Amino acid sequence: MARQLVFGAALIAALAVFPLFSPWSTVILTVALCEGLAALGIMVLLRAGQVSFGHGLFFSFSAYAVAFMAAAKVGHEALVLIPVGMAASGLLAAIVGLFVVRYRAIFFGMLNLAISMVFFSLLEKLFSITGGADGKRVPRPTFAGVEFGREQFELATFYVTLVLCILAALFVARYLLSPGGKALEAIKSNETRLEYLGVSPRKVLYGAYLLSGLLAGLGGAIIALVSGHVTPELAYWVRSGEFVFIAILGGIGGVAGPFLGALMFQIIRGYAAVYAPETWHAVLGVMLLVIIFFAPAGLYGIVAGKGGKAQREEGGR
Amino acid sequence: MPPEMLLLAALDGLAYGSLIFLVAVGLSLIFGVLGIVNVAHGSFYAIGAYVAAAGVLALGAAGLPTWLAFPTLLIAAALVGILVGGLVEIALLRRVYGKEEVLQLIVTFAVFMILEDAQKVVFGVQPYFANAPMNWLGTVEVFGIFYTTYQLILMPLVALAVLVGLRFFLRRTSFGRAIVAVTQDREAATAMGIDAARVYLITFIIGASLAALGGALASATTSLTPGIGAGTLVLSFAVAAIAGLGRIEGAAVAALLIGLGRSAAVYFAPEFDVLIPYLIMMVVLLVRPQGLFSTVQTRKV
Repeated sequence: MARQLVFGAALIAALAVFPLFSPWSTVILTVALCEGLAALGIMVLLRAGQVSFGHGLFFSFSAYAVAFMAAAKVGHEALVLIPVGMAASGLLAAIVGLFVVRYRAIFFGMLNLAISMVFFSLLEKLFSITGGADGKRVPRPTFAGVEFGREQFELATFYVTLVLCILAALFVARYLLSPGGKALEAIKSNETRLEYLGVSPRKVLYGAYLLSGLLAGLGGAIIALVSGHVTPELAYWVRSGEFVFIAILGGIGGVAGPFLGALMFQIIRGYAAVYAPETWHAVLGVMLLVIIFFAPAGLYGIVAGKGGKAQREEGGR
Repeated sequence: MPPEMLLLAALDGLAYGSLIFLVAVGLSLIFGVLGIVNVAHGSFYAIGAYVAAAGVLALGAAGLPTWLAFPTLLIAAALVGILVGGLVEIALLRRVYGKEEVLQLIVTFAVFMILEDAQKVVFGVQPYFANAPMNWLGTVEVFGIFYTTYQLILMPLVALAVLVGLRFFLRRTSFGRAIVAVTQDREAATAMGIDAARVYLITFIIGASLAALGGALASATTSLTPGIGAGTLVLSFAVAAIAGLGRIEGAAVAALLIGLGRSAAVYFAPEFDVLIPYLIMMVVLLVRPQGLFSTVQTRKV
């Protein structure tokens, strides 16, 4: 535990200082943190042994909610847009969750994929409302009532995002230790026994799904603000697959894992864009296989010193 | 709406359903025996299509007779199934049997990402078009509508042959019965002297070859572009899930359903044709999650 805290604090400190030395990295780091938030949601579901290939749905839903509100001048304030966008995704997760928590494994994954692809098609086809494949522009809002220039706005957004990520990570860490979080692991190992204890697995999974939708929504709301543009690509299955990739790469052993994974993902993407622009998904695929077979605890497992071996045996049941 | 259009949509649906059946039945067979939903299945379809198209184009360039294209399609499918499918099973899947389902899903997802890019590197991003076999067979007239023989007769015939052949293989031949035995109880089957590892490998190769055969047949009817694998995966999963994973006969009915649904959408609501398979799958899963043709299974504590 102490080791986790030290490691977490070091990661936060490094992140907080980095943009001051290299201003070019502000946006990239913010994007990484947003994807880390969505991957954190995926990690919560992975704890229950479920994988969603459709969390781009919640990521894009809040992003479009922010885009519509910003365009309609309803909320021209970042500190309002972010929680409202997040709440919109939470509401959607509350509705979608009612259906999907009845399913497990491949059905859970594919149903999530199907719903997100329906939303993706709607975003693309309803040109008059959503702007089609070109997407919508998100005008830069005020920040706590102040009109910032571009660089200040990006810097302010980064630090707000960092704080939100810390809060989210602490909340998830607390949740995973709570009875609800512990019950998630029971869904993975033996759901029937959980039922015999008098706990409803559907309710447990519903709570986790809601949380994962909120986390993906938070990431999506911020990414809409920081990139100033939303496109249907945010809902595409490739995007959802990337969240799963990040969660696995980072490791699901601790809440720092997804953020570590997201930072690594940005680095890989940066290098791949230069050296392997045509085949960069293949690079991701190979890395995924290497992680699964040789370091199943992910980057977090490597850094936190929990070697792959012990974890692997546990996963091999 | 004019009746000709309705008929045309029905014929399109039949042709498309036959194709999707070939892919879905492979997916279903692999799931039934190995217990793995193979996300890379769409890639086998795409690679089968590209290899077949390349073979047919090479035949044309060499000036050989067009009828040779048909055996070429079959050989391409078998080659892809044995080489690519066999490699994936031996190198990767063999290591994850009996592990968590999530892990198996993610491994095949990784294979999918690798194979999608591998196609682009090998075959480029330019569209491939090899319709010589389709033109060679000419057209037939149905109620005043001219339709290609290839799509209306050859493709459904191949699908029917696969359906009947697979049933016969699984129920009447000794190796087919070994596959069924391993599906039902791997330990007992192994105790009886069945080599379960070999059964898994050959089942996977058969499943992959069927997907590649679907792709090979499709290569004559459409132009091939990157990304066809992903769309086909979703459609074939929808078919397999609607039928109930592991159900072979049900897959035929479900494939027709999806084929007709999709072609109806193409004619009457063209902007939403990509949406239809997802919608059908969503509705069926919501109403009958175990699939239309599955029996209720007892749970193990």
